[in-house]
Amino acid sequence: MKPSEQSIVTKNLTKKYGTFTAVDAISFDVRKGEIFGFLGANGAGKTTAMRMLTGLSKPSSGEATVAGFDVYRDAENIKKHIGYMSQKFSLYQDLKVKENIAFYGGIYGLRREALQAASDQLIHRLGLQGEVKTMVKDLPLGWKQKLAFSISIIHQPSIVFLDEPTGGVDPVTRRQFWNMIYEAADRGITIFVTTHYMDEAEYCNRVAIMVDGKIEALGQPSELKVRFETDTMDDVFYQLARKAKRGD
Amino acid sequence: MISIRNINKTYGKKGDITALSNINLEVERGELYGLIGPDGAGKTTLFRILTTLILPDSGSAQVMDYDVVVQYPQIRKIVGYMPGKFSLYQDLTVQENLSFFATIFNTTIRENYHLIEDIYVQLEPFKNRRAGALSGGMKQKLALCCALIHRPEVLFLDEPTTGVDVVSRKEFWEMLKRYKEAGITIFVSTPYMDEATLCDRIALIQEGKILDIAKPKDLIEDFQPGVFAVKTAEMNRAKNELQSLDENVEAYHFGEYMHVVTENNHLTPKAISDFLDKRGHQEVIIKRTTPTVEDVFMNLMKHASTTTT
Repeated sequence: MKPSEQSIVTKNLTKKYGTFTAVDAISFDVRKGEIFGFLGANGAGKTTAMRMLTGLSKPSSGEATVAGFDVYRDAENIKKHIGYMSQKFSLYQDLKVKENIAFYGGIYGLRREALQAASDQLIHRLGLQGEVKTMVKDLPLGWKQKLAFSISIIHQPSIVFLDEPTGGVDPVTRRQFWNMIYEAADRGITIFVTTHYMDEAEYCNRVAIMVDGKIEALGQPSELKVRFETDTMDDVFYQLARKAKRGD
Repeated sequence: MISIRNINKTYGKKGDITALSNINLEVERGELYGLIGPDGAGKTTLFRILTTLILPDSGSAQVMDYDVVVQYPQIRKIVGYMPGKFSLYQDLTVQENLSFFATIFNTTIRENYHLIEDIYVQLEPFKNRRAGALSGGMKQKLALCCALIHRPEVLFLDEPTTGVDVVSRKEFWEMLKRYKEAGITIFVSTPYMDEATLCDRIALIQEGKILDIAKPKDLIEDFQPGVFAVKTAEMNRAKNELQSLDENVEAYHFGEYMHVVTENNHLTPKAISDFLDKRGHQEVIIKRTTPTVEDVFMNLMKHASTTTT
């Protein structure tokens, strides 16, 4: 495979805090347009790994490129070419829908005309024409999450990082959210997603499961289920995570 | 033990945001009772009313026969409350927090140590660490210890497992079972539908309304529509085609398979198979499956929205 077809390449990527190795020599590739699930127990090192891949934290050793940019030398370019959304940090509650779009579009570097076009398209796609002047805090949670996701890819990034995007969301909205993920992946955007819902692990092309800072399993959900001799991803996860020595 | 009658609560300057709408439910002594619903359903509002932190607009509620409005001092003595948001003193140590809660309830850590021992041994290595510097899982364990240290009659746990991984969630529910066996009534909320089966009884809540109350087993057994697990080589296309088959059929992703739910049971596996064959689907697998609480919840949501809009 040519490097240009890969969104993320890591080799022995490591992060140490003093004597504690939070992320321990992880190596994996994520293909362009792939939906890649990143799972692990609390404290397994997922957040630390994501912080390195999004250019927010310098690795201690190892290599990684994201969207073709090196995490050591080109962290600022990484930030420009990725999208990011989490349940904890998404939109400004006391700004209107349109203001949030304009704010993030601006942050992501869209110029006035491009921003206007992207904003109109986003509002149309979500059917939010009647809500552009609504404060985000007054939107139902499901709409907020969908809006946050759409905004995180408003600048057409080559990859988007979603950190537990569906936590606490009702089952219908959760599935609508995954439809949006599929549509984005079909447009060629690589999806890097963490979740605590094991049925969502099944919706990923491949998943990596972290235990105590290492990637202990990596593959298609169907492969992993065969390898661990079980019918459910829930059980695959349980078999791996209960071996964890590191407390959270 | 807990009795809730016609509770209503609205927010906003004009009272235009409905948090709870005509809530009725009864929790029996010694029960492990689950309030299941997504964020924004009104779960936390109900917890705050029952723990006497806010007042309902109308309706009444009793905890152990004490009225939540009039007899709030009595209620506060007999309940333990673990809020969804971590609310201990961040700049006190683990041990200081626990001593503090024991002292204000006129007891000592020693007196009820047997209740918290299993959890506290895991916290002990960090007993001199400030609570604010603990990891998420440890904060959760400390909050539970502080809610238990006065041996409450009723334990209110608001989303204790949110953001917690599968392994820790399992451990947490095993702990709850032990407190139930020790005679403590537990009222617990969660957005995770799979946890519903671990409760004696559950109330499903959505947009401030109770959708159903039942034993999890009965909820599953009494579910009328047929549920099939279906898999094809082209899941998305098959899902969309089945979804548009007619208004009594719902199709949605469910892990590796999709679930096809048919009201009135008018759709047979043969009919689904023929339908998919005709549209050129390959590698088709169809099997009847047991519905989950999530299937039931989605079905109830569908009917709730068609009756109100």
